[in-house]
Amino acid sequence: MVQFQQTRLDASFAALSDTTRRGILERLGASDASITELAEKFRMTLTGMKKHVGVLEQAGLVTTEKVGRVRTCKLGSRRLEEEAAWIERYRQLWDARFDELDEIVEELKREKRINGQRNGT
Amino acid sequence: MDNETEREAAPMKNSTTVERESEREIVVTRTFNGPAHVVFEAWTTPELLKRWWVPESLGMSWVSCEADVRTGGTYRFVFSHPAFEQPMAFFGRYIEVTPHSRIVWTSEESADGPTSTVTFEEKDGKTLLVLRELYSSKQALDDAIESGSSATSAAPEQFELLDELLVTLV
Repeated sequence: MVQFQQTRLDASFAALSDTTRRGILERLGASDASITELAEKFRMTLTGMKKHVGVLEQAGLVTTEKVGRVRTCKLGSRRLEEEAAWIERYRQLWDARFDELDEIVEELKREKRINGQRNGT
Repeated sequence: MDNETEREAAPMKNSTTVERESEREIVVTRTFNGPAHVVFEAWTTPELLKRWWVPESLGMSWVSCEADVRTGGTYRFVFSHPAFEQPMAFFGRYIEVTPHSRIVWTSEESADGPTSTVTFEEKDGKTLLVLRELYSSKQALDDAIESGSSATSAAPEQFELLDELLVTLV
């Protein structure tokens, strides 16, 4: 877990270490944009912009979706929020299960104690 | 019955944690105030499993529960819910069952179901339970998250409903 978070953190820092990429995030904060729009705004070739967006995507900071011939980029935080919400719901499911399991564990412990006493006498 | 005065005061509720530990793995942990063989028994005895696997708040009820909990054995859980037209079935195989310490099973009701491993580690009369759900790829886990499913995955048309049910667990 620590290792995974470290990797993700490294990827985020690497992604943010570049002025252009920080500019892209700022631009996407205003609204979603296509690769072409981003390339024009930052006076860059499509290939160059694709590379930058790829780095941001790897770090989970940006998500892209291709519809027809246009690849639209958006900030990735929404996805992370969705994942966090799912994990919380999932946690609640297991927590509810384990609360019931707790009761059974208590019951079994009591039974065994009683049986143990019987066997002992 | 009368001399049950030695019953301990209700202990503090243990907390459940869930982490996405890697791109394709979800890990659930919880401590139980009892020895590992007791937690193992509650997990592997169908009559006991039935009492905790589907919390009341889910609103689902068991139609049938078959679990042959031994290495190579299979399980099949079928549930109904007032809102489901058809009962839902969850099934798979036990790849490994090591008494009191480890159970590994598959989830085969969907194509990309995870392989789950639960371990019970006893220390000072308490048991640390760690459940790992390993998916075949990052995509498979992402898809499971996106469809609101996981160990409780269901047929696609039921995902939304299940999602709602899970939300009501609060």
